[in-house]
Amino acid sequence: MRHFLTTEGMDRTELEDLLDEADAFSEVLTRPIPKVPALRGKTVATMFFEPSTRTRMSFEKAAKALSADTMSFSPSTSSLSKGESLKDTALTVRAMGVDLMVVRHKETGAPWRLAEWLDIPIVNGGDGAHQHPTQALLDCLTIRQRFGSLDGLEIAIVGDIRHSRVARSDIFAMATLGASVTLVGPRTLLPIDPEAWPVTISHDLDAVLDRLDVVYLLRVQTERGGGSVFPSLPEYTERYGMTDRRFARLKSDAIVLHPGPMNRGVEISHDVADHERALILQQVTNGVAARMAVLFQLLGGDHDA
Amino acid sequence: MRPVMTEDDLARATRRIAHEIVERNHGLEDVLILGIPTRGKPFADRIAVALSEIEGRTIVAGSLDIGMYRDDLDTRPRTRIGPTEIPEPLDGKVVILADDVLFTGRTIRAALDALADIGRPAAVQLAVVVDRGHRQLPIRADYVGKNIPTAATEHVAVRFSEIDDEDGVWMMNGGDS
Repeated sequence: MRHFLTTEGMDRTELEDLLDEADAFSEVLTRPIPKVPALRGKTVATMFFEPSTRTRMSFEKAAKALSADTMSFSPSTSSLSKGESLKDTALTVRAMGVDLMVVRHKETGAPWRLAEWLDIPIVNGGDGAHQHPTQALLDCLTIRQRFGSLDGLEIAIVGDIRHSRVARSDIFAMATLGASVTLVGPRTLLPIDPEAWPVTISHDLDAVLDRLDVVYLLRVQTERGGGSVFPSLPEYTERYGMTDRRFARLKSDAIVLHPGPMNRGVEISHDVADHERALILQQVTNGVAARMAVLFQLLGGDHDA
Repeated sequence: MRPVMTEDDLARATRRIAHEIVERNHGLEDVLILGIPTRGKPFADRIAVALSEIEGRTIVAGSLDIGMYRDDLDTRPRTRIGPTEIPEPLDGKVVILADDVLFTGRTIRAALDALADIGRPAAVQLAVVVDRGHRQLPIRADYVGKNIPTAATEHVAVRFSEIDDEDGVWMMNGGDS
């Protein structure tokens, strides 16, 4: 693995190796001193051209727990506002002595461009509505810790799949690991050409609820509310929200996941969000371990040796 | 490839080491055994089984992965990170590290670093199946299955049926594989 850009095309062994190592790093994070020297002397730069707090903090925590140094780049305080190009910005930061870059960008494909321009590993921290592969890794880790394996699990991803890089990354990772994935949402929020994906489609959450092991709720982008593609928020909750009534119909060991930030009372009810089978905070904790596994695979050891 | 310890030799050495551990520590009250993956783990498990027979109670070995602590991550092929499972808090305990082959000592140095991050044992002792010499650090073993003088180019392979489908120790010349 030279870069970590997308879950599409990754094989099962690659994903399982990362999950196994993420499990090992989860143990490190529970120690009194949650830090190992594995990447001492390496520098990781987080280049977030689009605002993000939690993903950036998670990557920084992961890098620090591996004893790497971190640098961060924010567009609002940088020369981007003076018109410097993406390429020049990246080359400048690289020239300071950076060993790996984590990139988030609103344009699809930006991390691939950086991977061409630079001679260091690039990690995709989210590009447009395309991919967010470390999110998929932490989601699969959370599911695997609960069920032991994703094989044969019934997983529904519910909500605005069309604009979701989280969904795109999760679909490929979950399917490769053996789960059956159903996309649930109104026609306007489902992908235009889902035939290319290893999924089934439903427009009716209540019809699939009984057989699910995992319900993955996507964030309702409330800023889109009221537009032509989107029903009103109460209508969304009525048809696709994880209400107390729907939660009660789930299997007794089914779990609820959400990538955050949540809109309580819209896609998830207050009580479900705080339920012990809503593993939303465990996802956050696992995010650090999953990102440690990615950083360590890319920077730990000589791959050509 | 030349055999240097048979399955029976390995079993006898393991039992002897278990007795030495009990004798030296005046019992097993505060003893905790940790195997270093990959092949230190089955060795630790077998010592634990032998100790259980001696003591008449079940003793469980843990594991301590050192992949995150190596000082040569930049120059050697990447090894997989294995599990670390510490069955009980190791503060104040006598930790016995178990590994298959003692060679340069760098693995053990990494293990000592890993231990220091997890807790503060009262003492650390080392048990190995084979000591083949060529130390690069001031490290020695407390319990040794067999001392085997080797050339630096030779390779010592300790095999456990849990991983390799057979028990025993073999020597290989640099050219063999």
